[in-house]
Amino acid sequence: MILRLNPSTGVPIYLQIVEQIKHSIEIGALAHGDQLPGIRVLAESLVVSPNTVVNAYNELEREGVIRLRQGAGAYVEGGEFANSRRRRFKEASALVKEAVKRLREMGLTDDESRRLFEAQWIEEMASR
Amino acid sequence: MNAVVQTTQLTKVYGTNRALNGLTMTVPRGGIIGFLGRNGSGKSTTIRILLDVIRQTSGEATILGEPTRSATVRRRIGFLGEDKRLYPYMTVEEIIAFTRPFFSTWRRDTEARLLREFELPARRKVSSLSKGMRTKLGLLLNLCRHSEFLILDEPSEGLDPVMAEQMLQSLVQQAADGTTVFFSSHQISEVEQIADYVIAIEKGRVILEGSLDQLQQQFRRINLVFDDPPPPDAFRRDGVDHVIVQGRTISILASHNVDELSALGPLLAAKSVEVHPISLKELFLEKVKER
Repeated sequence: MILRLNPSTGVPIYLQIVEQIKHSIEIGALAHGDQLPGIRVLAESLVVSPNTVVNAYNELEREGVIRLRQGAGAYVEGGEFANSRRRRFKEASALVKEAVKRLREMGLTDDESRRLFEAQWIEEMASR
Repeated sequence: MNAVVQTTQLTKVYGTNRALNGLTMTVPRGGIIGFLGRNGSGKSTTIRILLDVIRQTSGEATILGEPTRSATVRRRIGFLGEDKRLYPYMTVEEIIAFTRPFFSTWRRDTEARLLREFELPARRKVSSLSKGMRTKLGLLLNLCRHSEFLILDEPSEGLDPVMAEQMLQSLVQQAADGTTVFFSSHQISEVEQIADYVIAIEKGRVILEGSLDQLQQQFRRINLVFDDPPPPDAFRRDGVDHVIVQGRTISILASHNVDELSALGPLLAAKSVEVHPISLKELFLEKVKER
């Protein structure tokens, strides 16, 4: 598992850890039963506060992605979460692939497409 | 909240200069707290009051639950200042051996590990060490103590990038061992990287205080583009920290209520609405500007 954090994007570091661990599961780099590094080890290797790693692991446990065993570390919770996520992820990436292809065929630049996506999400958010 | 430091309306006046101007802050126990501010914002003055090196003009300050004047509390606190106060005639190993017996909580395993990691030359005299080496030695002497509360005043000052990273890593280790680490810095990037709690000051007052995760989730920049921008007063609403108008773009710094504020876009016929996360750097600069 290789995590790449960018502290200056304004996205909380604990969320970056959460998202990247989920992504590692989705692409199969982490599988059911795999042990995650301990809080201390991960904090030291990423050079972030141990509290930040604690927050990330708690969030992942709350979402059912990992299981924390008292004193024994963190394990990837397999089965359902990973499988359904991986399936959904595969379907979604086919959808995105098709959309990107069509947008390019229409002559839009990648930047323009990205802005369209973002605008759509904001509209959704605003109408919620 | 179990606080390690609590100050209330702290002021310090030097002649006509107000170094601290009603500084009220609470430093939570546990984790790494970044004390952020420009040069001359009052960081060192605050730290010197906490350590009872100087006394405040008015206001209250407690440290580890005791008044800063308490003679006993100082032994529970580690401190690394800009002035390293190391005996120049001793060698590295002599000064370590000299310091060790003063502290019952001294850990030899930490000592051995840091000597190795910091690559300190055991037989060299302190007087012949570079500034970076001296900082690392001062850091080692403090970290081996495993004190309850460690205060560092601009610890990365004068360190090269590799040394600075090592220093930050050692602070993470110390926090993982249960020490509350409080470090002052004017470098936003290092605060952003390792702190989980931030207190930012400007002109002797607190301008930003809270868990970094929370601040980053709470604040957003909302950019709205209009053909014909409404007056900025239209955005005087709950959650708006402030508004900048740049031609057709209106940029809002929002501290909360983001969904409702971005929904204003379509209501006021904005052509585009963008919501961006805001980095600690932007947030700090905005808050400094407000002062």
